[in-house]
Amino acid sequence: MRDYERYIRYRTFPTPWCPGCGDGIILKAIAMAFSELKIQPQDIVVVAGIGCSGRLPTFFNTNTLHTTHGRALTFATGIKLAKPDKTVVVISGDGDALAIGGNHLIHAARRNIGIKMILINNGIYGMTGGQVSPLTPQKFITETTPYGNIEPKFDTVNLLKASKASFVARETVNRPIPLKQVIKKSFQHKGFSVVEVISNCHINLGRKNNMKDPIAMSRWIADKTVTQAQFEKIPVQEQNTKYPVGIFVEDKERLEYTELYYKHIVPTTQAETIKANSTAKRQKK
Amino acid sequence: MKKLKADPKGVLTGAHYLDGDYALAEGALAAGCRFFAGYPITPSTETAERFSERIPKVGGVFIQMEDELASIAALIGAVWGGQKVMTVTSGPGFSLMMENIGLACMQEIPLVIANVQRGGPSTGLPTLTGQQDMMQARWGSHGDYEIIALSPDSPQECFDLTIEAFNLSETYRVPVFVMTDECVGHMHEKVVIPPADKIELVERKWYKGPKDEYKPYKLDKDGIPFLVKAGDGYHFHTTGLTRDELGYPVINSDCQDVVVRHLVEKIRGNADKIIKIEEDQIEDADIVVISYGITSRVAIRAVQMARKAGLKVGTLRLITVWPFPEKRINELAKKIKAFVVPEINYGQMVLEVERCSQGQTRVIGIPHCGGWVHDPDDIFKTIQEAAK
Ligand SMILES: Cc1ncc(C[n+]2csc(CCOP(=O)(O)OP(=O)(O)O)c2C)c(N)n1
Repeated sequence: MRDYERYIRYRTFPTPWCPGCGDGIILKAIAMAFSELKIQPQDIVVVAGIGCSGRLPTFFNTNTLHTTHGRALTFATGIKLAKPDKTVVVISGDGDALAIGGNHLIHAARRNIGIKMILINNGIYGMTGGQVSPLTPQKFITETTPYGNIEPKFDTVNLLKASKASFVARETVNRPIPLKQVIKKSFQHKGFSVVEVISNCHINLGRKNNMKDPIAMSRWIADKTVTQAQFEKIPVQEQNTKYPVGIFVEDKERLEYTELYYKHIVPTTQAETIKANSTAKRQKK
Repeated sequence: MKKLKADPKGVLTGAHYLDGDYALAEGALAAGCRFFAGYPITPSTETAERFSERIPKVGGVFIQMEDELASIAALIGAVWGGQKVMTVTSGPGFSLMMENIGLACMQEIPLVIANVQRGGPSTGLPTLTGQQDMMQARWGSHGDYEIIALSPDSPQECFDLTIEAFNLSETYRVPVFVMTDECVGHMHEKVVIPPADKIELVERKWYKGPKDEYKPYKLDKDGIPFLVKAGDGYHFHTTGLTRDELGYPVINSDCQDVVVRHLVEKIRGNADKIIKIEEDQIEDADIVVISYGITSRVAIRAVQMARKAGLKVGTLRLITVWPFPEKRINELAKKIKAFVVPEINYGQMVLEVERCSQGQTRVIGIPHCGGWVHDPDDIFKTIQEAAK
């Protein structure tokens, strides 16, 4: 058994994912990141909402919470505040994170609460069978955009930047080693971190858009993947069709939320109480 | 069920002049609540404000979340982190919490939600009273489940019943609602907070067995499963899906049958132990006024008027609203002429009284659409009519 397998809960296999799904690559990358950073299973909590991606926690041999659609970050906020010393990881789909849960995403970023989010962007609602998501590319055919998607997708990186996120990165399932590396980096970051992972849903997105097998979708992802330097040279009107990869924001200076709470709020109020009590005592005398 | 004494740190022992909203917070702190997540909404906001000031002083957490969906979710997360938790809201926020109330029932999460009710539907009467979320409390989330709901009639009871709510939630691992209203929430009265060693608390059902044998949903002798904290090495999984003893999803009707029966029966089967009612002048009564919360204080006046007029009237006050005291209502229905049921809604709990009476007596509701309490005269007139 390789060390990262300690983090995998084999008893809950098989997974519910379609053959060739990118979720498996991400599962392994996360497990390897845990293992290489030597974070012990008992010190990890993995939280997810609902979706194909929402099933990932089931397969980690740690503390795992499968919650409700879009809300994983808020459950994780509770856990992190109750257990600030634990590594709290949230796994979310693009619909989960940016449609139903979009509000929670920007607020978690704004607070800079030390949750490590893996945002699996397969460009579609996978679990419900292929409806449009806020990250579906324009013109794509889905079950609910039979004439092509007319909505632009969110620019996740800039959305998060504007929300004051302190760590933002993007990778793709085509590049498992850089993926693992960037996940490791995000796990070492103290504040809120997001790694968006471009993944393949050939069944529900690819099939309707002339990419019905995993290879075709991987090629499409490869074609869209650019470095940040390359991205800068692309005409602005085409930028939203590409996926620049790498780390976009890494702010180590900003204080993490639970640290602020326990180091600032709690001792301040307790000092006040002690002061108030001693004045009260003096007055009694 | 292990009993503990309250931690003196959270107990503000003494006689105070508090409103119901503040008393809710003090009850929670006395009960050991150290985690509050909420979203401001009239007429419950004062409770949140009180928590924000008080809870850090006892080392606890206050967080104002981005909405009520997030608030209850943070509570559930914090319970898996080992905390005792509470939030407070009113109608619109209660509606937003419904999905995750279902999750809390499914995952068997001990938590307390106070609903300081106002007039609805929709934004309704933000600053005025109502008792219109009583059925929502019972049936608001989807699927079959049971919860417990209590209804305080004074700031003192806001304090006492919040402690009771925590104890019930720990005993049965279930969400417990303190269904108060704007009137009680904003009413200032004397609230006596006893010394910590006079406050009895139920300890959480912590699992203490071997780490690799923990099964999150294996029932103990009392029919309630054990809890653990994330980070203590138990490696549990929990989900909102129908699950087996290990907490892993099992999607079929056999497993569903086991899970749903358990969620319902752990409350129904213990209803006699859970239910608290208060009866007065009931021995010779041939009319019984059933009420709860602020309405029961108005009912007292009406009953005084009726007794003065020579009518044999008694009162039954629901302290526990859910589960409903069906046995007692049925028993009384056999003996009396009529039940009179005033409530600040268009007729909710009166339906339960009708159901439990099984046609053995008359049941007369006195609806009130909200915004104010009943006029005692109206209740008195209905009693007179019932006596004819
Ligand atoms: C409140 C609510 N609305 C709708 C659903 C149905 N639902 C389940 S998963 C899902 C979308 C999943 O898409 P995404 O988040 O992108 O994850 P993926 O399945 O692609 O990994 C929806 C709409 C739900 N479970 N809960």
